[in-house]
Amino acid sequence: MGRSVLLIEDEPNIIEAISFLLERDGWTVRLHTEGEGAVEAVVAASPDVVVLDVMLPGRSGFDILKELRQGAARADLPVLMLTARGQTKDRELAHSYGVSCFMTKPFSNAEMLQTVRDLAEGRAPAAGL
Amino acid sequence: MVTFNILVTVALAYVVALFVIAFYADRSARRGGNKWLRSPLTYTLSLSVYCTAWTFYGAVGNAARSGLEYLTIYLGPTLVFLAFWVLLRKLVRIGRAERITSIADLISSRFGKSTGLAVLVTLLAVMGTTPYIALQLQSVALSFAAFAPEGTDVNATALWVAAGLALFTILFGTRNLDANERHHGVVTAIAVEAVVKLVALLAVGIFVVWGVSGGLADTLRIIEASPVAQWQPDAGRWVGMTFLSAAAVICLPRMFQVMVVENEDERHLTVASWAFPLYLLLISLFVLPIAAVGLAVLPEGANPDLFVLSLPLALDREMLAMLAFLGGFSSATSMVIVAAIALSTMVSNHIVLPLWLSLQGPRATVSGDVRGVMILSRRVSIGAVLALGYAYFRVTGGTAALASIGLVSFAGVAQIMPALLGGIYWRGATRRGALAGLVVGFAIWGYTLFVPAIGLLPASLMEAGPMGLSWLRPQALFGMGEMDPLVHSIFWSIALNSVAFVAVSLVTFPSPIERLQGAAFVHVYDRGGGGAGYVGGVAEAEDLLVMAQRLLGAREAQALFQGAASGQGKTGYLPDVSPEFVAVLERELAGSVGAATAHAMVRQIDGNASVSVQDLLAVADESAQMLEYSSQLEAKSKELEQTARQLRDANEKLTALSVQKDDFLSQVSHELRTPMTSIRSFSEFLMEGGLKAADRVRYSTIIQDESIRLTRLLDDLLDLSFLESGQVVLNAQVTALDEALGRAIASAGLGGLKVVRAPGGEGVMVHTDADRLSQVFINLISNARKYCDAAAPELVISVRRGGDHVDIDFVDNGAGIPRDQQSLIFEKFSRLSDHSSAGSAGLGLAICREVMARLGGTITYVPGQGGAAFRVSLPLGAVGQDMPPA
Repeated sequence: MGRSVLLIEDEPNIIEAISFLLERDGWTVRLHTEGEGAVEAVVAASPDVVVLDVMLPGRSGFDILKELRQGAARADLPVLMLTARGQTKDRELAHSYGVSCFMTKPFSNAEMLQTVRDLAEGRAPAAGL
Repeated sequence: MVTFNILVTVALAYVVALFVIAFYADRSARRGGNKWLRSPLTYTLSLSVYCTAWTFYGAVGNAARSGLEYLTIYLGPTLVFLAFWVLLRKLVRIGRAERITSIADLISSRFGKSTGLAVLVTLLAVMGTTPYIALQLQSVALSFAAFAPEGTDVNATALWVAAGLALFTILFGTRNLDANERHHGVVTAIAVEAVVKLVALLAVGIFVVWGVSGGLADTLRIIEASPVAQWQPDAGRWVGMTFLSAAAVICLPRMFQVMVVENEDERHLTVASWAFPLYLLLISLFVLPIAAVGLAVLPEGANPDLFVLSLPLALDREMLAMLAFLGGFSSATSMVIVAAIALSTMVSNHIVLPLWLSLQGPRATVSGDVRGVMILSRRVSIGAVLALGYAYFRVTGGTAALASIGLVSFAGVAQIMPALLGGIYWRGATRRGALAGLVVGFAIWGYTLFVPAIGLLPASLMEAGPMGLSWLRPQALFGMGEMDPLVHSIFWSIALNSVAFVAVSLVTFPSPIERLQGAAFVHVYDRGGGGAGYVGGVAEAEDLLVMAQRLLGAREAQALFQGAASGQGKTGYLPDVSPEFVAVLERELAGSVGAATAHAMVRQIDGNASVSVQDLLAVADESAQMLEYSSQLEAKSKELEQTARQLRDANEKLTALSVQKDDFLSQVSHELRTPMTSIRSFSEFLMEGGLKAADRVRYSTIIQDESIRLTRLLDDLLDLSFLESGQVVLNAQVTALDEALGRAIASAGLGGLKVVRAPGGEGVMVHTDADRLSQVFINLISNARKYCDAAAPELVISVRRGGDHVDIDFVDNGAGIPRDQQSLIFEKFSRLSDHSSAGSAGLGLAICREVMARLGGTITYVPGQGGAAFRVSLPLGAVGQDMPPA
C-alpha cells in the first residue's frame, strides 16, 4: 500500500515503540529526531500522516505545526500531536493551530494505531480529540 | 378720689400703650425705616434707664434725709459723659467691632474668650442687679399702696407687676436674635418712658414750687427753713458716691445694654455726651424743693421716699398724682425690662448655652436647632431673673431704705470697673489678673457690704470680727472703723481689686489669643471704619461680586446677586449692600470656604467693620483644619499608594511563582510521562505475545530502565522539595575532605571516566555533613561521566585552601557548557540538549546547589577551564586547621 508516517520525536524508547507498532501494521515509518529541519523533512517525505512530539530539542512542536499549516505542507495533511506535558492550554493551542488530533502520553498501542489509520483515511479519529 | 381699680386700669392702659409703641417700632425697624428711631435723641432718652424708681422716688427721700448728697448719683454720670465720653466712645467702638452682646461678653472677649470670666461677671451682674429689681418692684408696690385702701396686699401687686414685666420683656426682648442684639421696640418704649418720668417729675416739681409754696422765692425760704439745709457734706461719702455712680453708669448691665449694645451709631454718643447730663439736670432740678416742701407740708413720719406721690395726693391733685405714679411706674418698668434683657443675654450666652452645648456634643452647632434653644433659654432666663428679683423683694420685704439697696448694687457692679478699664487701655492686662481682681473685689464687696446689708451676719461678728479678729470686722477692715460703711467697702473692694488685677497681670503671661484680643481692644481706633453698622458702609457690590464669582463660580454668583438686586427692586447685577444681603452672601460663601473665612472676606471688602482678631483666628483654625485634613489625605494616599505597590509586587511575585510552578509541573509531568509511555507501550507488546526472544529481552530491559529512571526522578524530587522546605537535618561532623572525596569516587561508578586527584590540600578537615557533601561530589562525578564528550574522558579534582574556606574544583576535558547556558544549569530540569539517554532528570545540579546552600557553601560553574568546570566552596569554620589524620 505504501502508506507512510513521519515520526518527529526525540525519545529513543518511544521512537522504538511507535516504529515497531506502525511497521508491524505495514506502515513505512520515517524519522526526524529534533525540531530543526522538521518542516523540511515533512516536505521531503510527504507522508500520509505526521506524528509530532511537542517537546523537541531546538524547536517546539507548536512552531512546526504552525509553519506546516501556514502553507509549508498541503492543507489537509493529518498531523497527530503527542505531548507528555498534559496541560489543557497546550491542547487548546494545538487546536488553534489546526492540529488534526492531539494525544497525551502515555497512550495505548491500539489507540495510537487506530488514530493513525483514521487520520490516513480521512476519518475523524475515534480518540484523542 | 382715684380708686385703686382706676389706678390699675391706668397702669394697664399704660403698659398696653408701651406694647403698641414697641410693636410698631420693631416693625418699622425691620422694614428699615423710621428716622426717629435712629436719632440721637432716642439714644439719649434710652440712656435714662439709669434713672430708675430709686432716682424718681428715692432721690427725694435721700434729699429729705441727707440733703444734697443725692446729687452725687447724678454727678458721677454727668462727669463720665462730659469729661470721659472718649472712654464711652471707645467702649461703643469695641462693642460694635467685636459684636459684644453684654458686659460679661466684653470682659470675657477681651481676656481671650475666657468662659470663667464670663460666668464670674454674669454672676456679679446677677447679684448686683437682683436687689435692684427687687427695689423697683417694691417701689411700684408702695406706690400702688399709696392709693390703695388699708390692707391691700402689696406683695400680690408686686407679683403681678413682675409677671407683666416678664411678659413684656419676653415678647420684645426675644423676638429675634440679632447678632448685634438690638431691640428697637424696647429701646423706643424706654425712650417714651424716659419722657413720661421726666414730664411727671417736672410737673410735680412745678406744682410744688408754684402751686404749693407760691413761687421760687417762697420755695427757697422753705428750703432754708427745712432740716435739708442743715446738712453737712461728708467729703468721703461725696467722693465715694460720685465715684460709685460714675462706675455704675459704665458697668451696670442695663447701662451697658443701652449705651453700647443698643447703639445704632457711634455719633449718637456725641449728642448724648451733653444731652444726657442735661436730662439728669432736669430730672434732679426739683428734687430738693419737693423734699423740703414735703417735709414742711406733710405730717411728721410720712415716708420721704414717696413724697413725689404723696404730695399731690395730700393736696388732692389726683391727676397729677396719677402722672407721678406713671412716672415712677415708667422708671421701674424701664429699668426692669432692660436689666432683664441684659441679664438674660448673659445668663443664656455664658451659662445656659455652654452647658446645653456641652451636653449635646459637637453635633449641636451644626444642626439648626441652636436658635430655638437660644430663644428658649433667653426666655427662661428672663423669667428666672424676674423671679429672683421678686423672691429678693419678698425676703427683704422693704426693710432697707430704697437708696441703700441701690448703692449696694452699684458697689457690686463697680467691681467690674478695673478689669474693664484695664482691658481697654492696658495691653498688659491678663485673664488671670482680671480674674484675680474680680474675685478679690467681689469677695470684699460681699463681706463688707452685701452680706451685712441683707442682715445675714450675726451682730457679734459685725462688732468683734470673725473669730475675734477685730481688724477683720466687715465694716472696719484693718481698723478703719470711722469710715462710712459704704465708702469703707468701696475703698477696700476697689483698691484691693485693682491691686490684685494689676499685680497678677504683671506676673502672668497672656496667652496668644489674649495678646491679640488685647491689641484689638486697646487699639480699636487703629482699625479704621466708623460705627455706623453695615448701612452706609463702603462695601462695593462690585467687589463683592468679583469675590463671590471666584468662590462660587460666575454663573452662581451672578444669579445670587441678580436675585438680591431684583428683591430690592433693582435691575442688573448689583444690589445695595444691605445687612440682609451681606448676611445672605456670607452664608453662601460659608458653604464653600467655611463661616469664619467667609465672614472675614466679606468684612474685608465691606470695609466698615474690620476683620476682628477672632475672625482671623477662626480663619487660621479653619485653614489649620483644612491643612490637617489635606495632610491626612496625603498621608492616606501615600499609604494607599504604598499598599498598591506592595500588592502589585506581591501579585507579580505570585504570578512569577505561579508561572514557575506551572513550568515545574509541566516539567515533572513530562519527566514522568515519558518513561511511562515507553513502559506502557512495551508492556502491551509483551502482553500480546508472539515476540521474538531478542525483542522480548530488549523490551523488558527498556521497561526496567525506565522504571529505575522514574524511581530516581521521584527520589530527586522528594530530596529537592525536602531541601527547599528547609526541613533537612544536617548531621555535622569533623571529616577529612580526602576521605569524603575518596568515598564519592568509589561509589559514583566511573565507567570510562578517568578521575585524577591533583596534589595539594591534603589533610584538610571540614566540619560538615559528610554524606550530603559526598552527594554533591557524586553528582559532579556522574555528570562528568555522562556528559564529558572527550574521546578519553578525564576528570581532574583539585583541592585548594584559601583563607577561611576550601575550594574543590572538578574540571573535565570535554567541550564544556556553552556560555549562554552556563547560568541555567543549576535550575530545575535545565538538562541541556537532550541527554535523556543518560538517565538524568535534570535535577542533579539543582539539588547540589540546595545542598551547598544548606552546608553554608556554594557551587559555581567556572568558565574558561577547557572543559566543564565546577567549583565547590566550603567554609572551614572552627576546624579549618590542618589536622593530623586520625
